[in-house]
Amino acid sequence: MKTRAAGGAALLVLIALPAFLSSYQLSLLTKMLIFGIFAMSLDLLLGYTGLPSLGHAAYFGVAAYTVGLLALRVTNNFWLDFPAGLLMATGVSALFGLFALRARGSYFLMITLALGQVLWGIAFGWRSLTGGDDGLPSVPRPQLPLPWALTDGVPFYYFVLAFFAVAVLVLSVIVRSPFGRALVGIRESERRMEVLGYDVWRYKYVAFILAGLFAGVAGNLFVYFNGFVSPSYLNIVFSASALLMVILGGAGTLLGPALGAAVIVFLENLISAYMERWVLVLGVIYVLVTLFAPHGLVGLVRARLGAERA
Amino acid sequence: MLLFLLAAGLSLIYGLMRMLNLAHGSYYILGGYVGLAAIRLTGSFVLAALAATVAVTLVGIVMERFFLRRFPEQELPQALLTFGFLLIFADFSLWLWGGTPQTLPKPEIFERSIRLGTIVFPSYRLFVIAVGLVVGLGLWWLQEGTRLGAMIRAGVDDAEMARGTGVNVGFLSTAVFALGAFLAGLGGIIGGPFVGVYPGADFEILEMALVVVIIGGLGSLKGAFVGGLLVGLLDNFGKALFPELALFTVFAPMAIILAIRPTGLFGAR
Repeated sequence: MKTRAAGGAALLVLIALPAFLSSYQLSLLTKMLIFGIFAMSLDLLLGYTGLPSLGHAAYFGVAAYTVGLLALRVTNNFWLDFPAGLLMATGVSALFGLFALRARGSYFLMITLALGQVLWGIAFGWRSLTGGDDGLPSVPRPQLPLPWALTDGVPFYYFVLAFFAVAVLVLSVIVRSPFGRALVGIRESERRMEVLGYDVWRYKYVAFILAGLFAGVAGNLFVYFNGFVSPSYLNIVFSASALLMVILGGAGTLLGPALGAAVIVFLENLISAYMERWVLVLGVIYVLVTLFAPHGLVGLVRARLGAERA
Repeated sequence: MLLFLLAAGLSLIYGLMRMLNLAHGSYYILGGYVGLAAIRLTGSFVLAALAATVAVTLVGIVMERFFLRRFPEQELPQALLTFGFLLIFADFSLWLWGGTPQTLPKPEIFERSIRLGTIVFPSYRLFVIAVGLVVGLGLWWLQEGTRLGAMIRAGVDDAEMARGTGVNVGFLSTAVFALGAFLAGLGGIIGGPFVGVYPGADFEILEMALVVVIIGGLGSLKGAFVGGLLVGLLDNFGKALFPELALFTVFAPMAIILAIRPTGLFGAR
């Protein structure tokens, strides 16, 4: 009950915020929400099922490219492009899952990484379709039968916030369902779940596809938001930063990864405004998080609370 | 052959110590850049090779001793940690050495080509192949034929037992990691004259090395050798035949091999 009240309050704050923010800050917040959805989708794999994927950008990027290409070359029809992006993301994750789930641990990491890089290689090399390194510029925002144009910052923010809220709701239903509990069981002990009669592979496969689907939602929203997509959104650096967001926020918690995403997006903007060496700082953040906050911000807060109680 | 050097290092570190090192490609560019700086300073390829390998080996030792040591057999922290180092090294090299691709000068004795019948080989490439063979044989001998190799294998199989019989496992794991880093640094200085060093090479090398290791099987020297040859061929022919899908020709066979043998061609488990 308490978490539900807190969630409601957070939603109210998010709804009220545009009134107090400049348009630049608002666009930053929009980006945080989109990357939040992306990080939560990865958390379903990493935090709940215990599968560390290093190729999660693949589904984000595929969705973004699909929507971008359709909107630019075919038709800017939201009802066609958006589902198509999701379909591609889900399809690719269904295909990659077949390969990746044959492996465990480090092999799983390396295979997801390598598979993700295949897509990056295609986006990078196939210039006639994807524009290569230059990416797809000036992707238009969707036109919906709404009284507000999504080209404006505020309506677009609410558009994204609606998706974010729905994603949180759906994911919270998923992780609390018997299916979600089974995933946690698999994370804790795959063998025990097998003995209990669960078809472990099928659970993992479904989780893999669901994670791809939600990553696709984030990718779709992102290409509309940014109006541009390039191979760097398919690349291992982006995949790894998604992992960092999840770990930084707290793997295995629902909203922790969204918080982690917000922190990273915020720091990136803050630091790149003052110096050129953001990547260097980002590298240091990786090291610091691994050494000092392996359970993330949520974990730190919990540890502090626990210590006070004791 | 260059791929073999790099993959052998990665595979060695992983196979013997269960440590996944994503910064392996960074060792390559570090080796290349340090070598380049040393050549400009001293003019000697041999001294440069020495400087590069020593520097990279030291970096490897520091990373193992003070960071990776804390996360035995936890692949996720290892991946995040080494990825952090990858970014740090990448940005640091960009800062220090700039963004233009650079090629190391070849040592003078290898400027000429060697003629075998009607085919002409650049002698430097033959030299690289020779180094690869020597290193491969050396590693194999080290692992199978020496007391040190036996101790390493014992440490991997059962660290506690090995410790009980008086083997210094901590020292050994640092040594193996250093050896892996040394091989990557060697790759950098030796590959520098024909592959060059540039920002982004660290990622490319890492990917190639990973694919080699995935195809060949982790922790298998034979696998790294066969995988290195296979990937080298696929990459070269792929680039020549389908330039648009260059990476694809490397990754597609990998996917097929994985589908048949999830642990690679020569993987143990």
